[in-house]
Amino acid sequence: MNNQATEDNLLLEVNDLRKHFPIKASFFSRVKGLVKAVDGVSFYIRRGETMGLVGESGCGKTTTGRMIVRVIEPTTGEIWFHDRDAGRVDLTTLNKREMSPFRKNIQMVFQDPYSSLNPRMTLLQIVGEPLVSNRLARGAEREERVAEALRAAGLRPEYMSRYPHAFSGGQRQRIGIARSLVTHPQFIVADEPVSALDVSIQAQILNLLQDLQDQYDLTYLFVAHDLSVIRHVSDRVVVMYVGKLVESAAKTELFLNPRHPYTEALLSSVPRPDPRKKSQRILLPGEVADPSNPPPGCYFHPRCRYAQEVCHIEEPKLMEISPDHFVSCHRAEELSLQGI
Amino acid sequence: MDNHDRLGGDALGVDGTLNPDEALIEIGGLKTYFYMHEGIVRAVDGADLTIRRGRTLGVVGESGCGKSVTAQSILRIVPPPGKIVEGEILYHRLLDRDKMGGATEIVDLAQLDPRGREIRRIRGGEIAMVFQEPMTSLSPVHTIGNQIIEAILLHQDIDKSQARERAIEILTRVRMPKPAQAVDSYPYQLSGGMRQRGVIAMALSCHPSLLIADEPTTALDVTTEAQILDLMRELQQEMGMAIMFITHNLGVIAEMTEEVIVMYLGKVVEQADVDSLFHDPKHPYTRALLRSIPRVDEDTNRPLESIKGMVPDPYALPQGCPFHPRCSSFMEGLCDIQDPPLVRLDGNKRVRCHLYV
Repeated sequence: MNNQATEDNLLLEVNDLRKHFPIKASFFSRVKGLVKAVDGVSFYIRRGETMGLVGESGCGKTTTGRMIVRVIEPTTGEIWFHDRDAGRVDLTTLNKREMSPFRKNIQMVFQDPYSSLNPRMTLLQIVGEPLVSNRLARGAEREERVAEALRAAGLRPEYMSRYPHAFSGGQRQRIGIARSLVTHPQFIVADEPVSALDVSIQAQILNLLQDLQDQYDLTYLFVAHDLSVIRHVSDRVVVMYVGKLVESAAKTELFLNPRHPYTEALLSSVPRPDPRKKSQRILLPGEVADPSNPPPGCYFHPRCRYAQEVCHIEEPKLMEISPDHFVSCHRAEELSLQGI
Repeated sequence: MDNHDRLGGDALGVDGTLNPDEALIEIGGLKTYFYMHEGIVRAVDGADLTIRRGRTLGVVGESGCGKSVTAQSILRIVPPPGKIVEGEILYHRLLDRDKMGGATEIVDLAQLDPRGREIRRIRGGEIAMVFQEPMTSLSPVHTIGNQIIEAILLHQDIDKSQARERAIEILTRVRMPKPAQAVDSYPYQLSGGMRQRGVIAMALSCHPSLLIADEPTTALDVTTEAQILDLMRELQQEMGMAIMFITHNLGVIAEMTEEVIVMYLGKVVEQADVDSLFHDPKHPYTRALLRSIPRVDEDTNRPLESIKGMVPDPYALPQGCPFHPRCSSFMEGLCDIQDPPLVRLDGNKRVRCHLYV
């Protein structure tokens, strides 16, 4: 992936990112094992695009998003951010003070609109907090910028004196979005921003996120488990399984022409909103592998109907199977898989 | 007149075959209201629906539409301060459970004492329910096996060791991995998908004639969801059981159901066969909902059509048709004054909308 480093339209490059959580019987005992939540993930995101990050529970997608925003520290790996002013910087090498000026450029929208807003703060305080903590604005200027952010998110500026409990789920998500915009960031990690919302409100929020992207020249990492939402919002997609990146490609290419058996099964599992389209589904046997005790070789092999000897022994490497289409599977070249 | 004096006639049609349209549960004019300090929440406000024996009815709607409260009303588990204020829930019970097509009696569940013996016999024994979050139904301090055995012993006249055998049998049938071990496992030892299988096993252990499933796969990963939906379809066929499948997920509705009702703010706004609902939707809300969802098998290269506004404050419902403030077909002077009646259209369709009156 490093051969893309010279392209000047890149915004973010993640290189062999890992997060291992130690398992201990109690606070004082020795480390017994590791939960390899993220175990060697590499991808890049171009300026202005939306990268969809999809996978099921325990795949590491939320942890990956949080490492990029630096609310969790990576165990190893590099996160190269192409700042408009400072140039290409590896965020993992920065200490707290050095990281400070970058925080305004990388913001996050959270999944749960109920727990992500402090119930004891007004909207002015919530949406204004990033301005205060990054020392960007105070007083009247802070109020003006909060008003601007609220309006951009489709809320009336007069609401800034109210508390979160006065608002519905969809409106609260708009508050969270306003908060992420107020510092005029370049990059936003949206972690399941619509999964807690009703279907009809999802559409409003998805449309809003796309409008904001055009208006403010934003780049998104959109983390979600819902494949229809991912298909709608993404330019490119990364699929994760138990801490590993199994496939990444341009959106249409991934959905029409998956090259990894897990992607194929994932796509076929999604129920289609059309009773005339009941296709034969691939039912994966067993359960998702345990990240603290993964199988040897390819983590997916126990559930893979194409698995062979080599899959039990050796971990597959990520390779570029066609331009901009990466897959991590021993048999990728010979398999002919079904898309949707 | 005692409830049980009403015999429902035979479940068999004239030619001796099982009547395909035979009703198992008929709900008429159901109103379940919650009396709160701030006012009355009319969670279910005049709902009519029929669940047919051996078939799957989908109930679709968003938050606040009343779908879960309708299900709770059937089993008389509406939490206080909610109560059924009007309407009937007619349960057509087979007099001899082993005689499919035999005589039935009609019991109005809305009239039963919610804590009485009659409803307790029906709950779990004849009508079972599974919820979105398996830990709603599972005790964390008892093994899965003990919980299934408890359900069996409550409704069947067998001893504990026989009950344990049946528990392992039903766990095997719900494709629980290593059922003989799972029966002695605690919920915390099982994954989400396995817990949901445990809950389904508990629900099916007494061979109910109706399974009410309220968002049973919403909390599960999509690959696990596919397994559970497949399982439910298989079990339904094997057991000849009806399913009331409640969900907001239109994909699951398309996959699992034969007939669908759409609810909005406590009322049924559309009812149709599943194919007709998706390919010829009548109610503006149904149409708007179908247009607003992203599709997994298509590239939607345009903004999604969202429904303007939001579900109104339940304490301050608009006058007339509850959907009118958000409706693209709003007719002033009519929709904001009069609540439209449920009208029958061609085929098996019903719509509650002034466009069709």
